[in-house]
Amino acid sequence: MNMNRRETLKSLLLAPLAAGAAATAGCAPGAPVHWTELPREYSYGRTEAEQQRDRELFAESWFSEHELVTIAVLCDIILPSDHPNGGALDAGLPDFVEFIVKDRENLKLPVRGGIAWLDSYAVNEFGADFVNIDEPQRLAICDRIAWTDVEDPVLRPGIRFFSLMRDLTLTGYYTTEQGLLDLGYQGNVANVWDGVPAEVLARHGLQYEPEWLDKCVDQSRRDIIATWDDDMNLTS
Amino acid sequence: MSAAEQYDAIVVGSGAGGGMATWRLAQAGLRVALVEAGPWYDPADDSQRTQFRYPWESPRRGASTRLRPFGDFNACIGGWELDGEPFTTAPDTQFMWWRARMLGGRTNHWGRISLRFGPLDFKRRDIDGLGDNWPIGYEDVKPYYDEVDKLIGVFGTNEGLPNDPDGFFLPPPKPRLHELYYIRGARAAGVPVYPARKSILTKRINNDRGVCIYCRQCDRACSLHADFSSSTVLIYPAVASGRVDVYTNTMVRKVDTGPDGSATGVSCIDRGNRQELRINGRSVVLAASACSTARILLNSISTQHDAGLGNSSGHVGRYLHDSTGASRAAFLPDLMDRDIYNEDGVGGMHIYTPWWLEDANLDFARGYHLEIGGGMGMPSYGFGFAANQYNEFLGQRVGGYGNGLRDDVKRFYGSRLSIACRGESVPQYGNYCELDPDVVDEWGIPVLRFNYRWTDQEINQARHMQDTMEELLEASGGILLGSKPGPERQYGLTQPGEIIHEVGTTRMGDDPATSVTNRFGQLHDASNVFVADAGTFVSQADKNPTWTILALAWRTSDYIIEQMQQRNL
Repeated sequence: MNMNRRETLKSLLLAPLAAGAAATAGCAPGAPVHWTELPREYSYGRTEAEQQRDRELFAESWFSEHELVTIAVLCDIILPSDHPNGGALDAGLPDFVEFIVKDRENLKLPVRGGIAWLDSYAVNEFGADFVNIDEPQRLAICDRIAWTDVEDPVLRPGIRFFSLMRDLTLTGYYTTEQGLLDLGYQGNVANVWDGVPAEVLARHGLQYEPEWLDKCVDQSRRDIIATWDDDMNLTS
Repeated sequence: MSAAEQYDAIVVGSGAGGGMATWRLAQAGLRVALVEAGPWYDPADDSQRTQFRYPWESPRRGASTRLRPFGDFNACIGGWELDGEPFTTAPDTQFMWWRARMLGGRTNHWGRISLRFGPLDFKRRDIDGLGDNWPIGYEDVKPYYDEVDKLIGVFGTNEGLPNDPDGFFLPPPKPRLHELYYIRGARAAGVPVYPARKSILTKRINNDRGVCIYCRQCDRACSLHADFSSSTVLIYPAVASGRVDVYTNTMVRKVDTGPDGSATGVSCIDRGNRQELRINGRSVVLAASACSTARILLNSISTQHDAGLGNSSGHVGRYLHDSTGASRAAFLPDLMDRDIYNEDGVGGMHIYTPWWLEDANLDFARGYHLEIGGGMGMPSYGFGFAANQYNEFLGQRVGGYGNGLRDDVKRFYGSRLSIACRGESVPQYGNYCELDPDVVDEWGIPVLRFNYRWTDQEINQARHMQDTMEELLEASGGILLGSKPGPERQYGLTQPGEIIHEVGTTRMGDDPATSVTNRFGQLHDASNVFVADAGTFVSQADKNPTWTILALAWRTSDYIIEQMQQRNL
């Protein structure tokens, strides 16, 4: 799966509900929001019961279109696409969030209720749903609910919700190919571990204890079949 | 229907004990029926393989499900709850019960931590007056540990410790960076630390199995067979001998016995077509896991065995005990902004701390060891949660949005150090499993009801664990995360069963009035029925049980072979 190519796009119109206030910048009300569509077929060592469960999850519609668009807009704000390694929409985050919320029962209420809170707050502050206000207004709301040290009881539900969406966005992004590239993760490949690189040890002011190192595997002899003497000493 | 053949041995369960019994009995020329409740499993079969999968190959990115509680890529098919197979707990008691349903059983997901019991571990009553001694000692098991080391392979180091015996070890891998911080901290705190001991092949052991390629995914089962799973290391070679028939998806109801009280075979149900199946054999080796074996015995009621097979003492199910556990984590500012390189290493820790206070005067009886965690692992579901929570310790705000979050994720990647303690509990007659007379599973088999409570011994031990973990994490340069659990949470003590080291339900002993099997795992009440799982343990040391299960299963198998040669069976 190469998600750098945005060849498979999902699009939903902002403002699928009532028309909102006019906006000028960014994701304007009425404009489409695009994201990379994630596969709906997976094969990774599943039992029949697991395949059945995933089929049911993919077939289930849980979010309304309005909720999905709101999720997309939030994911985009949290991890925007103006970055060489792509952002949330490039990584198909709305599809991931939709799936994981359906999969994990304990997420359903917080996400649905959180979106409803956000819309209610946006209506009170700016006269329209979150996706139907303009981008500066959206960011103004996010600025109020993005930091966990804010103790305003009116904002607490929004802060909780935004934290959850930040968690889901980051975990969804950093478990894609773009995310691993962004992180620089080097593993999940066959290799021969031979200790912390010398320059890293030096940077940390650490060194291996010589007597410890003496006990460790000599990787140049790893393919020689192990033999021992009667005193439990390795001899090969 | 009935299987046509009369087998020399019917082995029930394909985990560590059943796999070893199958391998050894087949090697000796016996015809063996291996009965497994779950499906055939091959970690290299692409339709079952989870090793070397990237997180996006799962729509839930490796998150746990009820069907894979240890994560979507974990190899173990089974879990804490199985559809159609309930169990119950008595009021005001606790028990968690993990059951695998697959070839190889729980050896598909275990931590590969392979620790011999030491001389003291077989004679704890002599030391603290609690529980009972084993009828055998380290010297009885040592030859089998030696053979298991050489057959299966385990890395570690000979340190000459009094209760953590030396072995025929492969050389260990070098420590990772966070482990060097722990070593430094442990040295400063005066706590010993050594290379871990794990059944992972850091060096070739034969031409059939591969050598570790350091993907850290032992819990996904190794397609190169470079770690120990019962299936890949014991059952495949046993099946290749042509002397083993494997009955998968076959659930054993009971052991059938004849007029003289000895076993004639097992009654099963085929989980695929729900047809009853009878398998006949000269001997039966139960290795279904401590509690499942107890359940089969208790369900094997006959005229000769009216309290269940092997239960004339009333001890089947008694003395159920699990390891204790507690854990804690810290943020290491020294590990911020790390250089990124591949430090996957082997599955789990490269270093550990064995129990070091044998002679100390403490308010609990038994010890524990420390398992060290951390590093730059592969992201899966949960990675990036609370991405910049450690800002709290740096005087910066937690939260936000935008591309700055990327910097936070990278700044804190691999900066966490964790410790998990695993300790020994004191076996209690009053902690037990029994049949629940009112509940059957979907196969019509009466289920187990658990009765288990920790005692002050375990609770006091957990308090000590918490103090130790705080001291070591801080000595390693860590800032403690979360809060220290107090008495209201039993000091973070895990639930009984949660560590999945449950043992003791069919304990061995010389006195048939207080034990279920003799010192070879042979039922006192039926000479051709044996137990080759951890049910025979008189006490579970502060060591993981698998290496001892393997050694004792080999020993029991040798005894069966000898008894057959002598025509006693």
